Amino acid sequence: MKFHWLHFSSPATFYGLAGRMIPWFFALALVTGVVALYWGFFQTPDQLGGSNPQKEYYRIIFVHVGSAWMSMWLYLVLAAWSAFGLVFNTRLSYMMAVSVAPTGALFTALALFTGSFWGKPSWGTWWDWDPRLTSELILFFLYIGYIALHSAIDDARRADRASALIAIVGLVCVPIIFWSINCPDPNQCAALHQRSSMGSIDGNILFAMLALTFSFWMYAFATSFMRVRSIILEREAGTTWVNEQLELEAKR
Amino acid sequence: MMEFLSQGGYAFYVWSCYGLGIVLITVEITALRRRQRTIVAQLGRLKRMREAEVSHEG
Repeated sequence: MKFHWLHFSSPATFYGLAGRMIPWFFALALVTGVVALYWGFFQTPDQLGGSNPQKEYYRIIFVHVGSAWMSMWLYLVLAAWSAFGLVFNTRLSYMMAVSVAPTGALFTALALFTGSFWGKPSWGTWWDWDPRLTSELILFFLYIGYIALHSAIDDARRADRASALIAIVGLVCVPIIFWSINCPDPNQCAALHQRSSMGSIDGNILFAMLALTFSFWMYAFATSFMRVRSIILEREAGTTWVNEQLELEAKR
Repeated sequence: MMEFLSQGGYAFYVWSCYGLGIVLITVEITALRRRQRTIVAQLGRLKRMREAEVSHEG
């Protein structure tokens, strides 16, 4: 059977498809989220006491790492949809880019906030201009800038193209955040985030971290699909298929 | 139970983080649901108005 991907690039088709997928993404997000939190809070007891200097605030790490990873990943997704839109001039790509941005901004804010609440008990400060904190804050401003620019231009197509450019230019920030912990000279940039690798993390903690990240990812699918459905209706208002869709929804 | 809630004296830090996460998620979902309801209602109204106009003319 031949699968027609382009079929789904039409907003009319995608509207229905997204609507059917949203409950599944929410369900996945909920299940993995509950598993992750249970594991993080109750299956990592060896992290406390004995010779281990770890204190209870390590439990912030699950929500912190999950939201920080999502903040970077969703920016890559935002830039990818923007680039796709600019190259192929497909309406749905731009709509997806616009739909991802607020959820990305949400996770960036959560990463900054939880980082601050981790920093206070562990480093003794709410904020420091360490390379990773600073570049993550710039990422937050990039999301806000993208959303603000898009909403400042009345014509949707022009807003799409202008903000897509901003998204792609801002892409430079993501590798900076990612590698900002590997500071070549610690005297030049005192990095609070030390070099880390997945291998050095306790298995139970890593599992909870990855599970919560997956949960956030599924949540991001669900919310961006909800948002893209509203955007599709707003932009396609007056077309025959939207009128038919409205009749269907009115019957429910 | 109290021991769990106190998080070894770090309750403020730990629960603030998870609390904010839950608040942000709730706010986003509520806002998205409201936006969808609003646009569906708005377009429905527009459609009925247009149909009423057409039937008057006809």
